Amino acid sequence: MSSLQVRTMRVSAPVTTHAARLELLEYFLAHHDDLLRCAQASLDWLARHASVRRVLCLAVDGEASQLVGLAGVGVPADDVELFSLALSESHDPLIRALSAAGPTVVRAARINGHPGRSTPFGAGPFAAIPLRGARDTDDDAVGLLLMRSGTPISPDVSWLAAVLGQKIDQIRGRGSLAEEVHKLRRERALFFTIINAVTDPIMLTDTEGRLIVANARAEKLFAATEEESEGRRRAVELNNMLFSAALSRTAVEAPSEARELLLVDPSDGSDLLFEVLSSTVEDPREGTGIVSVLRNITDLRRATEQIEENYQKLRIAELAVRAERDRLNLIIDSVADPIIVTDQSGATVLMNAPAEELFTVAPDADDTAQRTVQSNDAHFSSFISGLLLGETGPGEIRRGEIGLMNPNTSEQIPVEAIAGKVLSETGELTAVVTILHDRREALERTRLYEQLRVASDELQMRVQSATAELATQNELLRRQAIELEQASRLKSQFLANMSHEFRTPLNAILGYTHMLLQGVAGELPANVKRQLTRIDSNGRHLLTIINEILDITRIEAGKMPMQVSEFNLNELVSEVMTELDPVITRSRLMVSARLSPESPVMVTDRQKVKQIVVNLLTNALKFTHQGGVEIGVEMEPDRRTASVAVTDTGIGIAPENHEKIFEDFRQVDDSPSRQYGGTGLGLAICRRLANALGGRITLQSNLGEGSTFTLTIPAEAPQ
Amino acid sequence: MNDKPPLILVVDDYQDAREMYAEYLQFSGFRVAEAKNGNEAVEQAFALKPDLILMDLSLPGIDGWEATRRLKADDATRHIPIVALTGHALAGASEGAKRAGCDSFVTKPCLPDDLVVEVRRMLNTVKQG
Repeated sequence: MSSLQVRTMRVSAPVTTHAARLELLEYFLAHHDDLLRCAQASLDWLARHASVRRVLCLAVDGEASQLVGLAGVGVPADDVELFSLALSESHDPLIRALSAAGPTVVRAARINGHPGRSTPFGAGPFAAIPLRGARDTDDDAVGLLLMRSGTPISPDVSWLAAVLGQKIDQIRGRGSLAEEVHKLRRERALFFTIINAVTDPIMLTDTEGRLIVANARAEKLFAATEEESEGRRRAVELNNMLFSAALSRTAVEAPSEARELLLVDPSDGSDLLFEVLSSTVEDPREGTGIVSVLRNITDLRRATEQIEENYQKLRIAELAVRAERDRLNLIIDSVADPIIVTDQSGATVLMNAPAEELFTVAPDADDTAQRTVQSNDAHFSSFISGLLLGETGPGEIRRGEIGLMNPNTSEQIPVEAIAGKVLSETGELTAVVTILHDRREALERTRLYEQLRVASDELQMRVQSATAELATQNELLRRQAIELEQASRLKSQFLANMSHEFRTPLNAILGYTHMLLQGVAGELPANVKRQLTRIDSNGRHLLTIINEILDITRIEAGKMPMQVSEFNLNELVSEVMTELDPVITRSRLMVSARLSPESPVMVTDRQKVKQIVVNLLTNALKFTHQGGVEIGVEMEPDRRTASVAVTDTGIGIAPENHEKIFEDFRQVDDSPSRQYGGTGLGLAICRRLANALGGRITLQSNLGEGSTFTLTIPAEAPQ
Repeated sequence: MNDKPPLILVVDDYQDAREMYAEYLQFSGFRVAEAKNGNEAVEQAFALKPDLILMDLSLPGIDGWEATRRLKADDATRHIPIVALTGHALAGASEGAKRAGCDSFVTKPCLPDDLVVEVRRMLNTVKQG
């Protein structure tokens, strides 16, 4: 059994010094009566200092007359434990080797001849070195060292064979070796059976952490042979370091207290957590040692962590639930409509603030409020009772109207109640959720809508009647317009007729006067001639007045329609000058025309333009006593506007009178005794005509400085 | 009619005016016949074949326009120049007269002298034509 091996943890340099030999001898002294230990220590010493890989130590048990195995290095434990060969087998090479003087070579094939047995040295031959006691060197050897035969038998081997033989002989001299060995073996086997039965690693170490005894579980963690893998050896090394460090801490800090120690599982590299309980033991022979029990708490820790984790999960879940509930509460509270949740028995589970206003009341509230709340409660209960009694199917919504009252204000609150069932997974009724919707606003809206509709109808009726009235008025206006038009036409007709009626006698008056002046009745005396001339001039004036009044009337009545034709403005001015030639001659003034070189072709009402020019020229001649009159015709470069300017060197007009002279029946001198004849309608007519042509008449003049009247009109009359 | 002065038919319902023009035309050397309405004017024109007709357009019964149209519609009288006389200075009056067939147009009041000038001008135009 490998667990029987005892070794030191620290490895010294393999040099066979006196110190090394002394070390072994010291060990012999320390374990003076422990045959097995001494044998094992010897073989270990050989392995260390003499480079012996495989060696087996056998000893003669005198009482049992057997050759038995004591210890081995590099050989299976069973080969040591179970080795037994009767001394009576005198032909066996091993038995014979006992009596040999020196080392003998044994062929493995020979011992392989025994059934159930095998040699630990494989098929090859091996050397058997006799171990001799100190008392009589001629006696048979007390035991054998078996080694591979290729191994040279060094001085160290010879020395060890000598001292080990003496030691065995010394121990055997005190009693039966076999008995001793068996007793020890039983005790030890029992001991290891016990400690190996403990699943926790148990170790005895010296104060520096060197492993003295370890159970199987501890060996897995802290011991490794050289054959084992590099990773495993390193893990073991690491565990030893960690354990030594933990031990030293324990020694310094709190010797009896349990400590946690994290180690590496050499088989799979996983972390293992141990709780270490160490206690110091004093042994007179072994000195101070430390017994450590390691309890694997990795799983415990894992379980703890799992529990912790579960707990955290639970906490988180609880928080989530709480948050969900809070959110739900928030939602319910943020709804302006009252919401009530009742359980299956009709008891209120939850209500939001608006619902609380209706269904709860402060304990100190007055009786009215208390009664109102009770009444509200009764109304609500009767509403949901149907749901609770299962009158409605699952998922069905119950709607209804309830007349509630505000407990604080005693205000009637008609509400529309909408209730739905909340069913559990098994379809059991768990709660009823009811939302109450204040219908006042809706009712108010309906009322307003109705008012609006009535108002709208009324308005529509009014509009209809107004429209009818408007139609009547329109008809009336239309008739009036027709009548006015007829009246206007009648007026124009009347004026035309009047004009005719005026002219007919005037025609006779002027005609006869003229005839008399022409001498139809013979030569007349000078005074009669002068009197007839007065009749003539006044008659002419009267005729002018009649004509001009007629013109004004016609313009105002729109009876002077535009008669558009194309003509040359230069030619028109020349024509006017020709027609007025008698007047010009009579005036004795210089009259000149400055015509436009642009050939001013106009498309407008020639008759009206001519009338204006005649009037302006006539006025100029009338109000000019000396000097001259110039008529200037100009066409604007863009050929869109033309002008006729009549400039005289006459009396002129003060600026303040510039507007006045364009008014009806106005001259600068309105006095009855005025110097100049005329109706005062000429310029008024000219301005109206100019406007009708889309143009205007402007005046530049000062008193005593002459005047310039300018007619400006578009070359093409506006449509 | 070569040595005889031209015969002028003066048509006007207003006696004073008619006689005034007649008198002055005679004074000016013309022969004159008179008619005081449209029917008379047409009858006289056919009967006398005057050299020129002075036709007042505003007449009782058949008015000047209608009389002119009838005369201008007949080959016997079509050649006789007709000078229209009107007190209507309304725009379009002269147009209406021309459409009716008048050869010339004089607005009343018209001085006898001016009328004679127009009569002579028309007679000359016819002669030249």
